[in-house]
Amino acid sequence: MSSVPGELETAQYEGTRVERSNREVAEIANREYKWGWSTDIESETIPKGLNEDIVRLISLKKAEPDWMTEWRLKAYRHWVQSSEPDWANVRYDEPDFQDISYYSAPKQRPAVKSLDEVDPKLLETFEKLGIPLEEQKRMAGVAVDAVFDSVSVATTHREILAKKGIIFCPISEAIREHPELVQKYLGSVVPRSDNFYASLNSAVFSDGSFVYVPKGVKCPMDLSTYFRINAADTGQFERTLIIADEGAEVNYLEGCTAPRRDENQLHAAVVELVAHANATIRYSTVQNWYAGDHEGKGGIFNFVTKRGKCLGDNSRISWTQVETGSAITWKYPSCLLMGDNSVGEFYSVALTRNHQQADTGTKMIHLGRNTRSTIIAKTISAGQSNSSYRGLVRIMPKALNARNYTQCDSLLIGDRCGAHTFPYIDVRNKTASTEHEASTSKISEDQLFYCQSRGIGPENAISMVVNGFCKEVFDHLPMEFAVEATKLLSISLEGSVG
Amino acid sequence: MSAESTTTLQDDQHKARYLADLARVAPNSAPAWLRQMRAEALTQFRGAALPHTRIEEWRQTNIAPIIETPYESVLEPAPHGLRRADIAPLLYNEEGWTELVFVDGHFDEALSSRGPLPEGAHAGGLREAWHGAEAKIIRPHLGKYLQERNAYTALNSAFLLDGAFVHLPKNAAPGKPVHLLFLMSRHDHPAAAHPRSLIVLEPGSEAQVLVTFAAMDGGADYLNNAVEEIVLGNNARLTYVRVVEEQVQGHLLATTEVHQGRDSRMYSFAATLSGQIVRNQICVELAEENGESVVDGLYLNDGKRLVDNMLSVHHSQPQGTSRISCRGILDGESKSVFLGKVCVHPNAQKTDSRQLNKNLLLSDHASVETKPQLEIYADDVKCTHGATVGAPPQEVLFYFRSRGISEEAARGMLTCGFAGEVIEEIPIEAVRARLHRYVFEKYAPAKVR
Repeated sequence: MSSVPGELETAQYEGTRVERSNREVAEIANREYKWGWSTDIESETIPKGLNEDIVRLISLKKAEPDWMTEWRLKAYRHWVQSSEPDWANVRYDEPDFQDISYYSAPKQRPAVKSLDEVDPKLLETFEKLGIPLEEQKRMAGVAVDAVFDSVSVATTHREILAKKGIIFCPISEAIREHPELVQKYLGSVVPRSDNFYASLNSAVFSDGSFVYVPKGVKCPMDLSTYFRINAADTGQFERTLIIADEGAEVNYLEGCTAPRRDENQLHAAVVELVAHANATIRYSTVQNWYAGDHEGKGGIFNFVTKRGKCLGDNSRISWTQVETGSAITWKYPSCLLMGDNSVGEFYSVALTRNHQQADTGTKMIHLGRNTRSTIIAKTISAGQSNSSYRGLVRIMPKALNARNYTQCDSLLIGDRCGAHTFPYIDVRNKTASTEHEASTSKISEDQLFYCQSRGIGPENAISMVVNGFCKEVFDHLPMEFAVEATKLLSISLEGSVG
Repeated sequence: MSAESTTTLQDDQHKARYLADLARVAPNSAPAWLRQMRAEALTQFRGAALPHTRIEEWRQTNIAPIIETPYESVLEPAPHGLRRADIAPLLYNEEGWTELVFVDGHFDEALSSRGPLPEGAHAGGLREAWHGAEAKIIRPHLGKYLQERNAYTALNSAFLLDGAFVHLPKNAAPGKPVHLLFLMSRHDHPAAAHPRSLIVLEPGSEAQVLVTFAAMDGGADYLNNAVEEIVLGNNARLTYVRVVEEQVQGHLLATTEVHQGRDSRMYSFAATLSGQIVRNQICVELAEENGESVVDGLYLNDGKRLVDNMLSVHHSQPQGTSRISCRGILDGESKSVFLGKVCVHPNAQKTDSRQLNKNLLLSDHASVETKPQLEIYADDVKCTHGATVGAPPQEVLFYFRSRGISEEAARGMLTCGFAGEVIEEIPIEAVRARLHRYVFEKYAPAKVR
């Protein structure tokens, strides 16, 4: 990331504060998406459109067993009969599902044993993105499964993980090599018929990550996936399945970018997490898909179904997300708290600007006794964007002593943006206790004044206030993600406030 | 409108009884402009879907028992044989009050009593008013504020036969409340009333209006399908209290539309004490600058009842203030729904809004769904909302017991206190006392009582 904040600070602006801020806003508006380049890699893309033959073709290309093909076809048949959800507080032209290519893979698909075999151009791409795989390989830090368009290109650190019995591989590989695990868990959290986009994903998903952490194993490093949509007219439908067996522990990080294109691209992913007794899964996302230009043209439609199942007693699932990209976001990472004493957490920062629209939140379904959930959602709207928090807390009759705490705060920057909250709290048990708090306001003039009176420039003051606003969430991100998130946020916000 | 809101064949069957009754409405019973209004509402009713749980606003509120019952709408005031003594428990009999009684939606002069009103002020039946000199006041307001809410509000307009009309001229302030009692008489077959109220406060005037929905006990199922339109002129002040005391076999669908002018203030309180299915929908629009609205409520729910409070405030202009505070006490196998919606429109800077819904769960089988929502399109605003659901806290019960108070008594006291906090805000003494008494008798343990 360049030192853009510094450039702005040194620029000398004349005139009143309002004029100055107008100029700053214009400057920011003209700033382009940093990750907007596309890589010229020969890729193999199948014809546009979707029908049973395409589903079979995808399955064939992935050399999948028959049960998988059948599974996809069932999902497709369900999808054909379902209709797109319209309850979210977002407005967009319905994508033409027949005008999308459902599979795109870099042509020289390498059967990688080591990174040296990967197409150097691809590696260059990831280098630009800031995930130097070469580095990663040496560093003991993060194991990366990079998904380029729809196919997993390289997975680092596999040997180290394999020693511990941890399986971390592309899901397509898992389908071939660990069918018993995939068959048992795939669709067990997000069924094929769950919703329109989940059905679509189930029918056409081309790749994604698969993680299995065996009993009692604590994963020695953070696992990570990086997603990138490169080819035009393609959708990305990845599928992630993470299973933490009894007493296992794993941290999983996910990041996303896409090149800048005028037309909207569809991203419909499904993520399923399964935590057995005493297991912990932490799932962190920094989402920075291309958000469209300042007129709201182009950008990614991010329609994602993420759900975790706390299957065993004392299990724990924690979602942390920083959402700054995508033209439209429709995403509700959820927890089904089935085991007694299980814990679900959701920490979210969603920032929208220009014409972005986000409808995001979570669902916490309490089924087991003494289950606890915490929801901290921070929403920042700037420009002409709209962002909504939509969350459900449901406490079922058998969830004795269930506890929920929800806090959702919105910060408004500019007078043409919108911030909305749609909480649903459904309690069916008198021993339950739920608390919900929310507030919406603009950046406090007092706080800005205080900072400025102590010699902190307006840009930095805003950045400080916003970062303070989001701190509770950033605290739950792994170190390198927290740094990235803070930077992303300050770059997105510069000049947004007068 | 999504596909879910289109009408279905089944809807047509359920509407048949209403349509047949509508055909019997005497064509010359109203002036031409009103007949026109009814006709438009009829068209709207025909086209509108009856509420079902796939419509977001009704997702948790299943009113199938209302939809599936073929109610006969009461078109004419029928001989009911009621005397003032029969309805005395529902009246306040306070000095200076104007208490108007409406039986099955029709104004009943004989049962009503009138206190002194300032010159030019009017409180009475809507039908007699639109035939008289008040028509010129009614016409610009009636139906103007009711938005296309649902099939039942359209039905109310299509059946617009009578109801209440309260009008205060500029700067008038009667000082004593006007009580509107909407009473269902005993019917031996399912019956429906569609009362309509219009309350107009001209600029600078001040009023207290109390509305009671009740019924005589016994008899068949009934439906009270009420619509109220309230207009506050600039700088007008209104205290509005609704008390729902329907019978166990009674259902109430009540929609209130409030239109507030500049610098106007409204305090409203909706208390739901009884009734099988009750839906209180109160929609406030702060249409001009510096309006202030308080929308408070209390619902006591038990048995297998369903109570739905849908309270919305639209801030259309700058500097509006709104406070929504609603509490529920839930017992038995009852189901409660709360939807609070504060919408701040793009122009409404300096809006200050607070919303709070608290629920006390007394039983393992009661359930509550609460949705305190905010929709904000302006940036210089202060909006908060909160919701809590829970049982009386263990540590508080322990505190009581450590001082020798039984758990039962402690629960009763806590429950009365929980309701008492919101009741205490009601500015009309007699109503406050009545509600305190009701809550005390319902929840305080026998020994204390």
